[in-house]
Amino acid sequence: MRSDCMEFLPQMERIDSNIMDEVLKARDDYKCENFEISDIKATLSKDRISLIDLKILLCDNALVVLEDIARKARELTRANFGNSINFFTPLYISNYCDNACVYCGFGCSNKIKRVHLNSTSIEKELIAIKKTGLNEILLLTGESQTYSTPSYIANAAKLAKKYFSTIGAEVYPMDTKDYKLLHENGVDFVTIFNETYSIKKYQKVHISGNKRVFPYRFNSQERALLAGMKGVGFGALLGLDDYKKDAFSTALHASLIQKKYPHAQISISVPRLRPTLTNSKINPNSVDERRLLQIICAYRIFLPFASITISTRESAKFRNAAIQIAANKISAGVSVGIGTHDETNHDKGSEQFEISDSRSVKEVYDDVLKLGLQPVFKDYEFLS
Amino acid sequence: MLKLGNKEFQSRFILGSGKFSLELIKSAIHNAGAEIITLALRRANLGGAENILDFIPENITILPNTSGAINADEAVRIAKLSKEIGCGNFIKIEVIRDTKYLLPDNYETIKATEKLANLGFYPLAYMYPDLNVARDLANAGAAAVMPLASPIGSNRGLLTKEFIQILIDEIEVPIIVDAGIGNPAQACEVMQMGADAVMVNTAIATASNINQMAKAFKLAVEAGREAYLAGLGRIIKQADASSPLTGFLD
Repeated sequence: MRSDCMEFLPQMERIDSNIMDEVLKARDDYKCENFEISDIKATLSKDRISLIDLKILLCDNALVVLEDIARKARELTRANFGNSINFFTPLYISNYCDNACVYCGFGCSNKIKRVHLNSTSIEKELIAIKKTGLNEILLLTGESQTYSTPSYIANAAKLAKKYFSTIGAEVYPMDTKDYKLLHENGVDFVTIFNETYSIKKYQKVHISGNKRVFPYRFNSQERALLAGMKGVGFGALLGLDDYKKDAFSTALHASLIQKKYPHAQISISVPRLRPTLTNSKINPNSVDERRLLQIICAYRIFLPFASITISTRESAKFRNAAIQIAANKISAGVSVGIGTHDETNHDKGSEQFEISDSRSVKEVYDDVLKLGLQPVFKDYEFLS
Repeated sequence: MLKLGNKEFQSRFILGSGKFSLELIKSAIHNAGAEIITLALRRANLGGAENILDFIPENITILPNTSGAINADEAVRIAKLSKEIGCGNFIKIEVIRDTKYLLPDNYETIKATEKLANLGFYPLAYMYPDLNVARDLANAGAAAVMPLASPIGSNRGLLTKEFIQILIDEIEVPIIVDAGIGNPAQACEVMQMGADAVMVNTAIATASNINQMAKAFKLAVEAGREAYLAGLGRIIKQADASSPLTGFLD
């Protein structure tokens, strides 16, 4: 029997928080109305941006004055981050997954080649990536508590700490004690994408597995921060549901977390749906590049301090433009398959989705320099 | 409506009483439309010939302060005394151990706020505007945070404007700007910024016409609040002539 997506399963930790209620209520109240151009220009002249301004920036008419919005976003990006563009790369160590999600290439019912890297293979991958000069790594797994246990991920983090100064994890939601284990082994940043903030759509596309439980996923960032993590990442899978409502909810969620945990470093990603090995027809028709840029700029203006990542789901052309306007973090030398960085690795698993930008670290580095921006490989030296 | 502790107030203008002559307090309150007036407990001359309490109308909420306290323990003691003499649960915490600049001691203020909130008081904490301190004060149970605009009694205006704005943007409890406001335009500005209330003493007490200045402040605070609620209009910045950022989308 399928669980109710709003009910915690017995083993799932609950924390004292009302942020989800606040976000869901604001989403319900948000009617996606259009605004006048004069309203949008008034928003752009403000020093402080309210939730209404965020709605204004996401409305259809905002596309008409996207150039003005981009200029405001660029001004805030340069004011908060200077010319720095942070580099990182994801490392997929396992693509086993316990969940059935209709849009994801790793879904448990998909017939793909599953691989679970052992310590030797993980270390080979880490060394291969380190040779490209990168210093920040994002460990990723499919969402399988069975195959990728907290101790398995913690071990990968421990290995990564030998070579990298900054380690992030984008894995399944965990209890606070498990996030603590990851933190003790070198992970300082946790990213959890909420995919969509529409309950109706969420339960429709997450057919089975722990991922189906919406509130447990929603509270992940809080549990990670309670476990001592330095930063947390947010993102809706744009195109899955109404992009305006999901972008609005993501920004509100991030801002409320920042308010409750003022020390937390907030980052946002803007993933659009991409075709997968088992579903080549999936495409974010509702979110074209103009709309994607609109969302990125709205995030920047609403959350000027937040780090914004632009992934290889987007083309090199779009990514180059985005880092000149609002994004301040970029992945490079990306593979979304398993065991592909080191040629001697025999365990190679299928990819999660198709990437659009296959530039090497060196190529992205050179392009960033050509744009007059400063590539940053190392951002942290932790003292404890 | 300004909500402080368990009370609601129509007026967002708080009158300080420290520098008025006693006979002027009543008329100043009348002209300012204030519903709250501060009272330095050390000046309350109970049973004496000139007890300031006799000059404050009954419908006015008295906000006793801990003026004279140089640490948290003294502030707590003064607060308890004020309650004993019938001044209620409101207390403005002033902890100052610098007689030259009269700047509040934020660290001791946090400690006093926590102790008094636990004793059932509604502490309103006078402080130097610092975001982390303001968060600690709110978490400690402050009914309001009262950042200074410039040194007390200086009439120098909004020297700490940027920092007060940060508190207005980030802190949930009411922000009452206290100390240094020198003229009605500054009171209006701070209300336009989104402050919940303004407290003024010296600017009125040292005016040539106290009653007229009290009225001017009343109107300024109301105008500033209306402007804040209306939402300020945009300021157009100079056009940027460089090439379009979004050309790559064409």
